[in-house]
Amino acid sequence: MAPLLEIRKLTHIYSQGTPFEHVALKDVDFVAEKGEFIGIIGHTGSGKSTFVQHLNALLKPTSGTVLLDGEAVFSSPQRIRQVRSRVGLVFQYPEYQLFEETVRADIAYGPKNMKLDKEEIEQRVLEAADFVGLDPELLDKSPFDLSGGQKRRAAIAGVIAMRPDILVLDEPTAGLDPRGREEIIANIRRYHARVNGTVIYITHSMEDIARFASRLAVFCEGRIVMDGVPGEIFRHVEELERIGLTVPGITKVMALLRARGLPVPEGIYTIHQAMDALLGLKGGGENA
Amino acid sequence: MLKDITLGQYFPGDTLVHRLDPRTKLVMTILYIVVLFLAKGPISYLAVFLFLAISIGVSRIRLKTILSGLKPILILILITAILNLLYNRGETVLLRFWRITITLEGVFTALTMALRIVMLIAGTLLLTYTTSPLQLTDGLEQLLNPLKKIHVPVHELSMMMSIALRFIPTLIEETDKIMNAQKARGAEFDTGNLIQKAKAMLPLLVPLFISAFRRADELATAMESRCYHGGEGRTKLKVLTMERRDWITLIVGLLMLALVIALRRLGL
Ligand SMILES: Nc1ncnc2c1ncn2[C@@H]1O[C@H](COP(=O)(O)OP(=O)(O)OP(=O)(O)O)[C@@H](O)[C@H]1O
Ligand SMILES: [Mg+2]
Repeated sequence: MAPLLEIRKLTHIYSQGTPFEHVALKDVDFVAEKGEFIGIIGHTGSGKSTFVQHLNALLKPTSGTVLLDGEAVFSSPQRIRQVRSRVGLVFQYPEYQLFEETVRADIAYGPKNMKLDKEEIEQRVLEAADFVGLDPELLDKSPFDLSGGQKRRAAIAGVIAMRPDILVLDEPTAGLDPRGREEIIANIRRYHARVNGTVIYITHSMEDIARFASRLAVFCEGRIVMDGVPGEIFRHVEELERIGLTVPGITKVMALLRARGLPVPEGIYTIHQAMDALLGLKGGGENA
Repeated sequence: MLKDITLGQYFPGDTLVHRLDPRTKLVMTILYIVVLFLAKGPISYLAVFLFLAISIGVSRIRLKTILSGLKPILILILITAILNLLYNRGETVLLRFWRITITLEGVFTALTMALRIVMLIAGTLLLTYTTSPLQLTDGLEQLLNPLKKIHVPVHELSMMMSIALRFIPTLIEETDKIMNAQKARGAEFDTGNLIQKAKAMLPLLVPLFISAFRRADELATAMESRCYHGGEGRTKLKVLTMERRDWITLIVGLLMLALVIALRRLGL
């Protein structure tokens, strides 16, 4: 069977043929399956946002193909419409897209464009608001009266309400305080667990993504330079640092211990793993 | 994409044309337009054309860029040419069919009119392509400075203009972003009848206005917190100075004007 999402040799060049020509993506291959939670990391300008805008046919590849269920996303206007509701994309700072008079109407905008009937829309709005932890009382307020974090949730709910098979989030926690960040992350994880959908999550923070992604793809200068499970990716501390990414603190500590000659395993990225490894060492030492 | 619009865009460079004082370039553009409208015969046109071609050559702006800047007015040029072709009452009939007569004089005026528009736009494009918006408003402010005596708020006007120019690309980028965000939620901006299309603009316009007001507010605060209080006693970071190359360029411009006036007298 064809994978849920498959990208082959994707290249994107902005403003081709002008003095501002810029190659943002180069020969990118990528596959996503149902149920995966994929983290996308990479430094500023590495092409992450450009990449995800291809997944729901917002950007047309300069060359290469994007396949959803084995079928091209760009084949016809109907197909594009279908793809946009199946791949839900939450942009960076999505609160700037809110426009309706009430939060309820704003969350309903996507489902309404899908021409669903009224009861269905209402049900989805409530469900989506619940997923992002938005109090039902807030639904009848103007979106412009919400706090920054609440606006962010409302905007994410607007995409979740379309019940996409793949939910793509572009730095959903940018500019929030640590508490707001934790809450949004918790909501997204809960959403992922409940609907068993696919989540693609762009972030700058290794620390965050390491904890919950089932897979990581590392972007550097328009290419995917690493793609694998977190334990595998975090074995390459030096390479990650060379391309300007900071590895989780605990990974760094373990790498330093190893450099000092302590035989701790590579690819550790959570406190628990580190604790187990160190206790294991201690235990081993006592036995000897 | 909206971003690819080139009309009025600045292409940084370090050529003689780029380095000229913006006031020189503004005056030269005005001279150029006057000369273009004074030109009558083929020799004068040739002279003006050579002047334009040399300026473009020196500025190293690619011909392709100029041509793509001309694209938006192609329709205007065609309509002007066709109207001139059809409504010219000349003597030498070339072609006559149905109720249409095409004369040699008609063909000639149609061509010169088209050429005139093309050269007019190409000349002004060269100005905006080689002069940053900031330099342009700075130059304009300096040129209009004498008007302060009759209480024209020259500084305020030019500040408004430079802020507006500065934010055009930002707003275009923002429009692109919001459009994409709404498209991701299933919005369609180019289908349906006129009313549906107008309604579809709402999700774009509301966020755009809000962000424009927010930006204006932030900018005003930022300017005030740096003690901006109008043009009174404000000094410039980059003081405009007329160099020798500016004076020489202006002299060339005046010679050009004299030449075309002379040619006009001679009917060339
Ligand atoms: N509309 C555009 N026109 C021209 N160039 C663009 C455009 N959008 C992005 N770029 C360029 O393409 C490159 C990749 O941009 P992109 O937004 O995909 O990066 P990113 O990885 O999302 O960065 P960040 O982490 O800062 O969001 C950047 O160098 C950027 O300057
Ligand atoms: Mg980005």
